[in-house]
Amino acid sequence: MEFLDEFPTMGRSDLRDLKKSIDGGFREFSRTYGEGLENFFDPLLHFLVWFERLLVNTPWPIVLGAIAALVWFGARSVTMVIATIVCFMVIGYLDMWEDTMATLAIVSVATIICIAIGLPVGILMARSNKFQAAITPVLDVMQTIPSFVYLIPVVMLLGIGKVPGLIAVCIYALPPMARLTNLGIRLVDKEVLEAATAFGADYKQKLFGVQIPLALPTIFAGVNQTIMMALSMVVIASLIGVAGLGVPVLRAVSNQYLALGLMNGLAIVALAIIFDRVSQRFGRRMQSHREEGAGH
Amino acid sequence: MNKANTIAPASTGGEVKVSIRNLYKIFGDNPQAHIDNVRNGMGKTELLEKHAHVLGLQDINVDIPARKLQVIMGLSGSGKSTLIRHINRLIDPTAGEVIVDGENVLEFDQKRLMDFRRHKTSMVFQRFGLFPHRTVEENVAYGLTVQGINKKKATEASRRWTEKVGLAGYEDSYPNQLSGGMQQRVGLARALATDAEILLMDEAFSALDPLIRTDMQNLLLELQTDLNKTIIFITHDLDEALKLADRLVILKDGAVIQQGEPQHILLHPNDPYIEDFVADINRARVLRVRSVMEPLEGPATAEQAAQIEAKDHLIDHDDTLEEVIARSRGEVDRDYLVLKNGQLVGNLHMEDVVRALVPRIPENEDDEEVKKTEAA
Repeated sequence: MEFLDEFPTMGRSDLRDLKKSIDGGFREFSRTYGEGLENFFDPLLHFLVWFERLLVNTPWPIVLGAIAALVWFGARSVTMVIATIVCFMVIGYLDMWEDTMATLAIVSVATIICIAIGLPVGILMARSNKFQAAITPVLDVMQTIPSFVYLIPVVMLLGIGKVPGLIAVCIYALPPMARLTNLGIRLVDKEVLEAATAFGADYKQKLFGVQIPLALPTIFAGVNQTIMMALSMVVIASLIGVAGLGVPVLRAVSNQYLALGLMNGLAIVALAIIFDRVSQRFGRRMQSHREEGAGH
Repeated sequence: MNKANTIAPASTGGEVKVSIRNLYKIFGDNPQAHIDNVRNGMGKTELLEKHAHVLGLQDINVDIPARKLQVIMGLSGSGKSTLIRHINRLIDPTAGEVIVDGENVLEFDQKRLMDFRRHKTSMVFQRFGLFPHRTVEENVAYGLTVQGINKKKATEASRRWTEKVGLAGYEDSYPNQLSGGMQQRVGLARALATDAEILLMDEAFSALDPLIRTDMQNLLLELQTDLNKTIIFITHDLDEALKLADRLVILKDGAVIQQGEPQHILLHPNDPYIEDFVADINRARVLRVRSVMEPLEGPATAEQAAQIEAKDHLIDHDDTLEEVIARSRGEVDRDYLVLKNGQLVGNLHMEDVVRALVPRIPENEDDEEVKKTEAA
């Protein structure tokens, strides 16, 4: 009867031993390779620090001007530029400028890393069904596993700081990039691709001349998603020492400072909306041939 | 419309450009396992029911003459699009050979195959297959770009061909700014720009409106008089086939059921399927004098020479029967002398003209016709 009432478990002491051996093994691993890994990520840390200092130390009117110029380049919309300037003015006036710059730095770097890894992974996934089948569950895990769970090994390996935070952000933000690149390439019209083949195009000519250009709207949706997810990780990343808008939010949560939490939270929202609109418009603009209407 | 339809039947030779030998294509998980069954006569239905494999093509043997317009006709599912894709190996066969200029295309490695596709063949697609993100000029230049030809030369060739297909001024438009007919002109220009000897056209005009289709057919025939390419043209439309073809192959269920000169197929269909096909054709417009005349050997007699001299009741061998009937003004008891390049080649009896206008009617139906008339 006991067998039916309670699920048969492997036994308390066995289970403890199993966990212990995993923990021990990983500790051993991190003791052996931790330093090597830290050195490996050193250039990344330097770049991140340099970029953050650049944004913080440059006089704010210049930074604001550069941001406005980027928005104009991406969206080609006066309304967007004005809205962006107003947002940043308010953020600065409420004394969140430095935190915002730090967040901007880590989100930009995380996005670049995610594109640099996600794009080729997506391309390979589109090329080989086997690779796609192998990589899809990995992406599923990356997207759904609670971030706190993978923060543990990352912190054990690299300690507390910017790089582990960046890795945590990337793990969460990378999957949409790979997935949507893969999808975009696979959705390219078969007849168009067949035409390229029939004219003797090789794999590279087909990939860069036909597949990627035609997949761009979908790939841009991936970039957009990646940016959004990176921003949403900012608060969690601040748990392990990443500077930025997440830090005051965390402080507000633990001390019940409503106003502080609200202001910094809204600053994150403002950044998200600006990133989203600009990247979407940019993606659309690169596909101008689609918009000009069919037939005369 | 006035095409020099002068090809001899395939049996009498002429240079063969593409030769398809014993070609089989089976679709399914393990086609090789069933090829022997098919070779031993297993049909499409049996293969599908017993082994869940689809028989795409069976024992295709076609010799495609150089510099002629070869039409392959069949209804949907007859395997015609599959067949044309074997020539540039967009599809690999289960068994058989495709020989182009004496070389077996199936033995080419990837590099060789790519080279073959770049220089020897080009293709026009049913739904155009244009690159939506490239302008007309870039689309037309695509084949040359792939070959690695420098941009200036490619642009120059692109402009020349764009003009030839009547799209001058549209170089900077994108495909979706053009109508269907104009898009297919781009498709045609793109295929011609590489100067490939073999032009594969897969239902190239089927997606177009009837009037535009006629325009495109005329454009193709006009270009062909200068270019003399080996054109392999797929269609499901018999009118189109008869208008364009120097030589015609008819496919049904993945097998060739008749091939030869279109006029010959029209007058001597060897299968009820083809008879059904040709029943609805305006025969007077398609049949030409040379197909129904009585050929004459040797020099003209004095009497005939006098008739030629007097330009009395003469007719060209390439005229359609419609033109003959129009000219005869209802005279049905006269004969015409048939000339080819001014030389006497035959004698045309109006009686034969009238007879040729009616398709061969199967015996039993004939009887019923008679009974009906009697009952009335």
